[in-house]
Formats: sequence, structure tokens, C-alpha cells
Amino acid sequence: MELFTNQVLAGIATGAIYACMALAVVMIYQAIDHLNFAQGEMAMFSTFVSWQLMQWGVPYWVAFVLTLVFAFIGGIAIERILFKPLAKAPILTNVAGFIALFSIINSSAGLIWDFTIKQYPTPFGSAPFLGSQLISTHQAGMIGVTVLLLIGLFFFFQFTRIGLAMRAAAALPESARLVGINTSWMIALGWGMASAIGAIAGMLIAPVVFLEPNMMVGVLLYGFAAAVLGGLTSPFGAVVGGFLMGIFENLAGTYIPGVGNELKLPIALALIISVLVVKPAGLFGRHIVKRV
Amino acid sequence: MSAVEDVVTEAPAVEAVPKRAMTLGTGTSFVVLLLLLIVPLFAKNFVIFQLTQLLYLGLAVLALNILTGSSGQFSLGQSAFYAVGAYVTAVMMEQFNINYVLCLPVAGVVCFGFGFLFGQPALRLSGVYLALATFALATAMPQLLKLNFLEHWTGGVQGLVVTKPDAPFGLPMGQDMWLYYFTLVVVLAIYIFSVNLLRSRSGRAFMAIRDNEIAASAMGINVALYKTLAFGVSAAITGVAGGLSAIAVQFVAPDSFTITLAIQLFLGMVVGGVGWLPGSIVGAAFIIFVPNIAEGISKGLSGAVFGVLLFLVIYLVPHGARQIAILGQQLAGKLRKN
Repeated sequence: MELFTNQVLAGIATGAIYACMALAVVMIYQAIDHLNFAQGEMAMFSTFVSWQLMQWGVPYWVAFVLTLVFAFIGGIAIERILFKPLAKAPILTNVAGFIALFSIINSSAGLIWDFTIKQYPTPFGSAPFLGSQLISTHQAGMIGVTVLLLIGLFFFFQFTRIGLAMRAAAALPESARLVGINTSWMIALGWGMASAIGAIAGMLIAPVVFLEPNMMVGVLLYGFAAAVLGGLTSPFGAVVGGFLMGIFENLAGTYIPGVGNELKLPIALALIISVLVVKPAGLFGRHIVKRV
Repeated sequence: MSAVEDVVTEAPAVEAVPKRAMTLGTGTSFVVLLLLLIVPLFAKNFVIFQLTQLLYLGLAVLALNILTGSSGQFSLGQSAFYAVGAYVTAVMMEQFNINYVLCLPVAGVVCFGFGFLFGQPALRLSGVYLALATFALATAMPQLLKLNFLEHWTGGVQGLVVTKPDAPFGLPMGQDMWLYYFTLVVVLAIYIFSVNLLRSRSGRAFMAIRDNEIAASAMGINVALYKTLAFGVSAAITGVAGGLSAIAVQFVAPDSFTITLAIQLFLGMVVGGVGWLPGSIVGAAFIIFVPNIAEGISKGLSGAVFGVLLFLVIYLVPHGARQIAILGQQLAGKLRKN
């Protein structure tokens, strides 16, 4: 029983990271209707920036905030410079653009910081949490930060003018434009926020997976999977999907014989395909009816 | 060689062009064919190997083109079918000593089965959801190939070494050159088959489903059947391409069939022009040679250079090589009028 609780709690902790990534994925998907394949690399680059700041002697939380600002501006810049001209191009061209961006960021990070694995500090420490053997303080911190972030985002989207404008621009772009919302900038804002959320996920997971240019590939996969599982149209679903993914992945790795670390990902993805076959729009997604 | 007629619908720049403009034309086809036949005679072995690679990767891109370009289904899992084709060929050749010419059709049939079966659950998914499902298939495949109980045949993590066939009937040519011409014949046959398939009743059904699924089913097209059929045909062709690659590279291992391969094939399709079959070879050339060029420009930044080149392509010609072909044709038409 203790093993079970242990695995579930560890699952919730990694699930928190997947939830962050999934949230970032859904933010951009809502804004532009595309999955951003370079999301993880953007997060990885931001994490490296924070690491570099700390190497220069900046304290953790200052570096954390500076990195968020960097990620936010960087996200907006990428949208303005690279993807705005592609807004009217076919979907597949956009996907090729994301792959190109992935390749550029990955290779640049490799050149600047090379491919050796680096230690990344945790602000919470790694002692057992509140004297219990079940989770560490870092895992508890991961869950705590994610929950705070979610509450913050909820208030932003529900109770602020700009949050409302962003929702309007995502839901009905034409009507939003008619009431005077600058939808083009709302998309850029969505990119900036997604990039910042991704950076948070990156900085939280870095102490666990260590810092290197390919660290986010696996995390992004789980993030995608979580977003699709929960429904790409629902930020709430993305978060639930993230936590479910984390728990399921850990339990499958522990209890299904022969799975281990190698087959964890395929098993998790198989689960998602089964869910999608039963509920094609994801657990909480809206089912869109098409007209001829 | 001729191509599918009138496929892209969302491009205003392309729409104005008459349908006839999309075929390669008899003259151009013969020139291309002649070049493909003659060039190896004057090339070094390594270049011949690269040309062979160009042919079988072009074939794999063509398979994806049939699936995405014609039936509108999006797949990131082609590397899985490619792997199955390569492994079926390699295992039959090495463990059962079966002639390589016989292995390829078997690989095709096995992959058709896989594709058809995978198409069944995929039927309910579309767009990004289908992309994710096929993506899952691609990530799972290298792991599945490493499974213990298959190790007896597949050689596990080490993979299998495949012997390169000699030219038959005492033909005076090297192994590389023989393999090139053999690949060329297979690829040409499948190309002609594909062009005719897309012009047939089934091909038109694929395109109707791509353009509007609901309208297609209202016209009496069995949407489920044709969608899975498209998956099956695409997987079969990808499998043959995988088999050819196993013979040419002389080696199969689980880690040569990762998601990177699937992404390369996808890029090849976009660069060549979605739905334009002759573009497949251009796309294959892009994914083989551009990384080399990028490496030549800067070793450490080769990934970044590749990304920048890719961005340049999609900015300048969002519809890929097909757009260039159309422009060329328009230019030629204008010149003729003057």
C-alpha cells in the first residue's frame, strides 16, 4: 500500500509538470489552432537562460522572474517575426515551421551551452516533505507552484478585461474584431503567456531530469498527450489530463510487468489512443459539429 | 510521368491555373527518366548510393503524399510502417534465405495489413488527434522492435546485417549500380501505379473525402472503407520503401526508425508540395542533401542552419516544389505566346 501511495504522489508531482506543459500547448492551440512542436524547446531555452543567470550570481527567485520576462518577450517576438507571416499558409506548412523552429532552438542551445548534463538547483530543497517519506519538498513545491499558477490563470481569464478579450479572440475572431479587440495582438499575447508557462514547467522539471538541450522532448510528448487526453479546447481538461498522465505513467511503470522505463511512453500513448477512440474530442473537449 | 490533377484547393495563387498544368508532360517525363537512367553510369559508387537513397526515400514520401495529399489524413507514424517493411525484408533475407525480389512484395502485403488495421481505430480521429495517434505508433515502434521474444529473429538492439545482392545473369555491373537500377524499376512501377490509382474511382473517392467528408458520404462513398484503404495503400508503399532501404543500407536496427524519420518524410512532403506526386523526389532530395549543406555551412549550428533553410522554403514557396513547377509552366506559356 505504501508503494502505491508513493507512486501516486510521485505521479501527481510529475503530473504537475505535464499539466503546465499541456496548459502551454492549449494556450497556443486556442490562439492559432496549431500544436506548437517547438514548445518544449522554447521552455528548455528559457531554463538555460535562468541557469546562466544563476551562474552569474543572480539569486534563484530573481533569475526566475527575469526568465519569465525573457520567455514572455521571446514568445511574442517569435510570433511577430516568424509565424505572423504564416498565418494564412496551409496547416502543414505551419507544422513544418514549428519543426524548423525546434531545430533552430535545439541546435543553438547545443552550441551555446553544449550537450553535457548540468545540475539545476531547486529552491525547495530535496528533504522529505513535512517529515513524511512519501514525497520530497521539491515535489511538493512543484505541485504548489502549479496550483498557484492555475489559480492565477483562472482569475486572469475570468476576471480581467484582457483575459476576456483573449477568450473572445480565440472563440470568435471576427466578432471580437468587430467589437474592437486587436485579435492579432491577442495571438501574440497567447504566445508570450504560453512561452512563460512553458518556462515555469522547464525550471521546475530541470532539477529532476537535469539540464541539457534534449531535456524537454519527453516532457513535451507527455504535455501533448495530456492536452489531447483532456481535450484541446479545454484548459481545465489539459490540467486534469496532465495529472492523470503523471499518475498513470508511474503506476504502469511499477505494476505492469515488463514495462519499466523503456515502454512507459508507448503505454501512456496507447492509453490516450484508446480514450480518443471512445471520446474523439478528449475527456473535456467540446465536440464540434460540422456543416456541409 | 504525369501527376494528379488539381489538388490544392486553399491556395488562391494556384487555383487560377488550368488543371492541365499539373502534369509533368510527356517531354519533361522522358528527360527526367533519361537523366535517372544515364547519371549513374558516370558517377562514383557513393553518389550512386545517394541516388538509390533518393529513390527509396522519395517512394516513402510519395506514400505519405497519397495518404495526406489525397485522402486528407495526417500521419506522423510513417516510420513505423517503414520499419516493419525493412524488418520483414531483412528477416526473410537473412533468417530464411529468401530472394530479395520476393521479399519486397511480402513486405508490402504485411504493411498493407498493418496499415489497414491501424486505419480502423484511426477512423474516428482527424487532424491533430490523428497526428498524435500516429505519432504514438512511431515512438512505440523502436521499443517494440527491441522486445525480448522477437529478438530471435530481429537481433534485438544490435539489429541485423543484410547481404547486398549481386547483379543477376552475370550482368557486368557493380552491386551498387545494380541495386540502383533495381530500385529505379520498383519505384517507377509504383509511381505509375499511384498515378493511375489516384485517377481511378478509388482515387477520386479519396479526394472527395479529403475535400468534404460529409458531402462524400452523402454521395454514397463508403468513407470508412476508403479511409482505411488509403492507410493500407500508403503503408504498403512505405513498407516497400523500407524494404529497399534495408537492402541498400545493408543493416536494420531499431534506432534507425525513430520519429525523426517520420518527421523527415513529413518535411519531404511539404517541401515537395502536398498532393503533387512528382514533388516527392524533390522533397526527398531536400531531406537528404540540405542537412549536408547545413553541415557544410556550419558544423556546430547545422540544426539551426537547416531550420533557417526550411523557413526560407516555406516563406518563399508555401506550396513547395509544386509552386515552382506551376510558375515555370506559366512562364513557358507566356514565352510561347510572344
